Amino acid sequence: MSPRRTETGGRIDRLRTIRFTFDGASYTGHAGDTLASALLASGVTLFGRSFKYHRPRGLLTAGVEEPNALVTVLRGEVREPNIPATMVEIYDGLTAVSQNRFPSLAWDVSAVNQLGGKLLSAGFYYKTFMGPAIGPLKGTRFWMFCEHFIRRAAGLGRAGLAPDTARYGRMNAFCDVLVVGSGPAGLMAAKAAADQGARVILAELEPHFGGSANWSGETIDGMPAADWAARTAGQFEGHDNVRLLPRTTVWGYYDGNTLAALERVTDHKEIPGRGEPRHRYWAIRAKSVVLATGSFERPLVFPGNDRPGVMLAHAAERYANEYGVLPGERIALFTNNDSAYRSAVALKKAGAAIVAIIDVRPELSSEMRKLATKAEAEIFSGHAVVATEGGKALSGIKLQRFDMTSGALSGEARSVHADCLLMSGGWSPTIHLASQAGARAVWDAARQAFLPPKPTQRWIGAGAFTGSFSTTEAIAEGRAAGLSAAGGTNTQSTVPVVEAAPGDPDPAPVFEIKASGKSFVDFQHDVTAEDVRLAHREGFVSVEHLKRYTTLGMATDQGKSSNIPGLAIMAEALGKPIPEVGTTRFRPPFTAVSIGSLAAERFGDLKPERLTPMHDWHVANGATMYSAGLWYRPMIYGLAGETIEQAYVREAKATRESAGIVDVSTLGKIAVQGPDAAEFLDRVYTNMFSTLPVGKARYGLMLREDGIAFDDGTTWRLGEQDFLMTTTTANAGKVMQHLEYFLDVIWPELKVHVTSVTDQWAGAAIGGPKARAILATCVTGTAVDNAALPFMGIVHGKVAGVPVMICRLSFSGEMAFEVYCGAGYGTHVWEALIDAGKPFGLVTYGLEALGTLRIEKGHVTGAEIDGRTTARDLHLDWMLSKKKPFIGSAMMDREGLIAPDRLQLVGLISLDNRPPSGGAHVVEQLDEANPHDSIGHITACCYSPALGKYIALALVKGGKQRHGTRAYVSDPLRNRFGPIEIVSNHFFDPDGSRMHG
Amino acid sequence: MLITCPYCGPRDVIEFTYQGDGNRQRPQPASQDLDAWNAYVYERLNPAGDHNEIWQHSGGCRAHLKVVRNTLTHEISSAAFARGDHKSGARHKAEGKS
Ligand SMILES: [Zn+2]
Repeated sequence: MSPRRTETGGRIDRLRTIRFTFDGASYTGHAGDTLASALLASGVTLFGRSFKYHRPRGLLTAGVEEPNALVTVLRGEVREPNIPATMVEIYDGLTAVSQNRFPSLAWDVSAVNQLGGKLLSAGFYYKTFMGPAIGPLKGTRFWMFCEHFIRRAAGLGRAGLAPDTARYGRMNAFCDVLVVGSGPAGLMAAKAAADQGARVILAELEPHFGGSANWSGETIDGMPAADWAARTAGQFEGHDNVRLLPRTTVWGYYDGNTLAALERVTDHKEIPGRGEPRHRYWAIRAKSVVLATGSFERPLVFPGNDRPGVMLAHAAERYANEYGVLPGERIALFTNNDSAYRSAVALKKAGAAIVAIIDVRPELSSEMRKLATKAEAEIFSGHAVVATEGGKALSGIKLQRFDMTSGALSGEARSVHADCLLMSGGWSPTIHLASQAGARAVWDAARQAFLPPKPTQRWIGAGAFTGSFSTTEAIAEGRAAGLSAAGGTNTQSTVPVVEAAPGDPDPAPVFEIKASGKSFVDFQHDVTAEDVRLAHREGFVSVEHLKRYTTLGMATDQGKSSNIPGLAIMAEALGKPIPEVGTTRFRPPFTAVSIGSLAAERFGDLKPERLTPMHDWHVANGATMYSAGLWYRPMIYGLAGETIEQAYVREAKATRESAGIVDVSTLGKIAVQGPDAAEFLDRVYTNMFSTLPVGKARYGLMLREDGIAFDDGTTWRLGEQDFLMTTTTANAGKVMQHLEYFLDVIWPELKVHVTSVTDQWAGAAIGGPKARAILATCVTGTAVDNAALPFMGIVHGKVAGVPVMICRLSFSGEMAFEVYCGAGYGTHVWEALIDAGKPFGLVTYGLEALGTLRIEKGHVTGAEIDGRTTARDLHLDWMLSKKKPFIGSAMMDREGLIAPDRLQLVGLISLDNRPPSGGAHVVEQLDEANPHDSIGHITACCYSPALGKYIALALVKGGKQRHGTRAYVSDPLRNRFGPIEIVSNHFFDPDGSRMHG
Repeated sequence: MLITCPYCGPRDVIEFTYQGDGNRQRPQPASQDLDAWNAYVYERLNPAGDHNEIWQHSGGCRAHLKVVRNTLTHEISSAAFARGDHKSGARHKAEGKS
C-alpha cells in the first residue's frame, strides 16, 4: 500500500496497477491516476525546481493551472517539455523526468541563487544586459556572452532534437451549441440544448466529464455528484446530435464565433491506435457557445507559500475525493473565505488530521464553526500564516494575530506542526475565452474577482464562470443557457436537487500577508510580492508594463493563479482600487498548443503531394527525388557509388556531348484564350506577343506593378486566340492569380479566359547535339528538321501513336525540344523517347544537372528573380518593349531602380578550385577573420563540366563594371573563404550557336 | 472569419486570398503620372473601422470580391463581385454551372 493512498474512495480503478518511471525511479499507480496523483500517493513531495531561484517546489494544484510540477515526457527519442504533471494520465511504460535541476532534483547546484536573491530581482535582465557596452561586464554584448549559460540554468524544460514522428490531424466542425466545460453547469447546458434537437459539441479538457462533480463530495438527485455526472454524460452516448470531446481544451475564441480546440487523442495511451493522430486540432464554428469553464482557486501570498506541501485547498480535496490520495497526514488550512471549510471536512473524512484552520477574518458564521467542529479542527480566526518550515517537504507553520483592515500582525508567533498547508484566497472565474472574444472583464467587489464582460459574440455563461459558485446555481444557469443557446424557451420542469455544504463564496479582501521572507505571487516565474513593489518604485504604473518588467504571468501557465494577487499588490502600491489598475486582456491560447497540431496535414504523411505523370518511372529507375514545394522531382539518377556531384556532372556532360532528357511536367501551364488574348499578353508581359505568329513560341518576362521582375517563361501561340503560357514551377499559382486579378478587377472589358492546365500536360525536354536525330526516329506525322521546326517553332505529331506538341526551345543552351502530350500518356511517351535515344547515348537528368546547364548559360530562375531584382539587374532590358505600356512599365524606371550601384547578375569562377555555396557573400577585402563590406551574394553554384571549374551566379554591386576583376567569397557559417573572378553570367556558348544549330 | 461569396455562399476565410486594398485606383496603362502610380502602388488608408478590400475566392469559384470589412471586429458588412454589375454575377453563375 502506498503511504498516502486512502483505503477506499476515489474514482481510480484500484484493480488495475500501472507502472511508470519518474526521474529513472519506478513507481506504480492506478488507472485513472494522473502523474501528479500517482507520485503524491507514492510519497513524492518534490516535483521540480523553480525557474529563477531553483527553490524546491511541489504540487500547487490538481489541474490545468499547475505552475510548479512541470515535467518532460519522453517517447523514444522524442521529448515533450513543460507539461503539468496534473495533466499527464499515467500509462504502462510512461517515462517522465523533472525539469530545471542540475544535476538532480534533490541536489541542485543553482539553489544557491536563493542566497543571492537580490541579484535576480525584477528587471534583472533589463538592468544588467540592455544598453551600450560600457566595460566588459555590462550591456548587450555581455548578454550575448552570458546568454548560453543563463539559458541553461534558468530555462524551463529543454526541447528535444529528435524529429517528432507523431501524426497530427485537423477537423473542421460545425454545431448549433458548443459547450465548453462539463461540470454541472456544462452538463446541464449540453443536455438542455440536446433535448431541443440542437447539434451539440461538449468539450472537456479532463479525461472525464463532470468537472467539480467528480470531487465535490456533493449529492445531486440523491446520488453522489460524480455518479450523477457520469450518468448524465452517459445519456449522450449514441445521440447523433451530440459530439463528446473529452481531453479537449478549447484554447481560442476568434471572430465569427470560431473556436479552436486541441484534442489530446493518444497522449494517455501506451500504444496509439492504428492511424490515430496524437493531437487533433479542431476548428469549431458554433452558432452559440455556452461558456461553463468554472473558476480557479487563488493562492494567498505570504512568506514561504511556495514550499512543497503548500497546496490549494480544493486541490487537496480533489486528490482525496477523485484519486484517493491524501496530500498530508497533519493538515492545516489558511483561508480568507468559506470554501476551505468544506475541504477540511472532506480531508478529515478521507483520514487526515486537520490541525488548524487559520482564517484572516475575525468573525465566522456559525455554519463554518460547525464544519470546523466536524473536521475536529482548531480555528484561528483573525490570524494569518507568517512562515512555513521544512526543506523538501513541509514540517510546520507559524501564525500570528492579523488585523484584516490594517494588515498588521501582532502578538507572539505560534508554531503548528503540519506536513501540509492548504490555502484558499478566493476564486477567479475562468474568463479567458470570454476575454479573448472581446470586451473587458468587470471587477466585482463582493466576489473580489473579475467577472466575464457582456458578450460581444454569441456566447452565454453559466456556473462558476459567471461568479455563481454553488452547484445549485450552476445547474439552473447551465440549463437556462443550454435552452437559450438552442433557441428553446424555458419551461417548468424539475431540475436536479443538490445537497451541498453551506458557505458564502465571497472572500475577505486579503491577498497578501506582509512579513519577512519571500512571498511568491507567480510561482512559475518566481515573481515575489517585493518584485511587484520594486517595479512600482522604479516607475512602472501600467499593468502591462508591470507584467513585462517583472515577467509576472508570462510563463507557460500565463498567470492563471497569479494574475489577481499580483494585480491586488500592484493596486495597493499605487494606492488605487483594483478595477482602476485594470486587468490584462487574455490572448489565445488558453493552454499550450502543440505546434504539430497547428501544422497538421501540412506536414508529414498527411501533407498532399504533387507527382508528375512519370514519377513512378523516375523512382523505378534510380532517381533520388527532391521535394520542391508540393512537387517531387528527380534530383539525380545516381549510379552505384556515385556522389551527387559525380552524378550531375556525368548527366550534364552527357547532355552536352550527346543528349539528355528531363521531366518538365511541373512547369506551370496556363491556357490564355479569347478574342483579346494577344492584347492581354501584351499588357502582362514586358515584350510583345500580339506580333507572334501562330505556331511559334516566345520567351516572356512579367513585372510586378512596382517594376520589379516577377516571373518568366515561354508562351506558345497555338491559334489566333489561343495561347499556352508556361511559368516557373514555383510561381505557377501566383502567376495564375495575377492574371485572374487583372482580368476580373482591372480590365473586366477584355474577353479573355485563363485556365490552369498544368496537370493536363506531361512535358519532357530533350536537348543536346543528338536530340534532333533522336526525335527524327520516333516522331511521326511531322518533320523535325530546321525548315519544319525552326528555333521557337511548334509542330504537332505523334510519338508511339500518341499526339504530341513539340516546341523547339532551349533552357540548357543545347539544340533542344519540349515534347508535350496528354498527362495520361506521359510515361508512355517518355519511355518511347528513352528507347529512341538509347542508340544515341541519351541520358536522363535531374534538377541538379538542369541547374548546372542553366548556370553555365547564365539563365535566371527564382534564385535571381527574388522579388528585389529588376529586368535591368538581370540583363533582360532587351525584353522591355518601348512600343506599349505593360504592367510595371510606369514604375520600373524610378531613380532607385536604375541606380548604377544596384546588385546585378554576374558570373563567378572559383580560383581555388573549391565550391562556393549559395547565400555566401562576395567581399573585396582579403580579411578572412573579419569579413566586411559585402558587395553581393551568390545565388546558385555548381561544378561546370563544360568549363572544368566551380562556377556560380551572383548578384553583385555594379555588376558588369566588375567583369574581369577579382574578389573573395566569404561564407563564415561554412568556414569558406577564397578567391574568385567576376565574369559575365554567360559562361558557355555566349552567342547561342549550339541551340540555333 | 466568414465571407459570403455571392456565388458560393458563406465560406471560411481559409478559402480566400487577400488581394489588396479595394480603394486603389489604377491609372490608365499609358499614364506617366508617377504620383498617381505611386499612390496606386504604395499609399494605403489603414482605417480603424470599415475598409474596402479585394478578396479572391481562390479555394472556390475564383471570383474576386469587393468586401467591406471592419478592421477592428472583422465584421463583414458586404461582399460583392468586383466586376460590379449584376450581369457579371450572372455570368459567373452560368460558367460555374457549365
Ligand atoms: Zn465563390
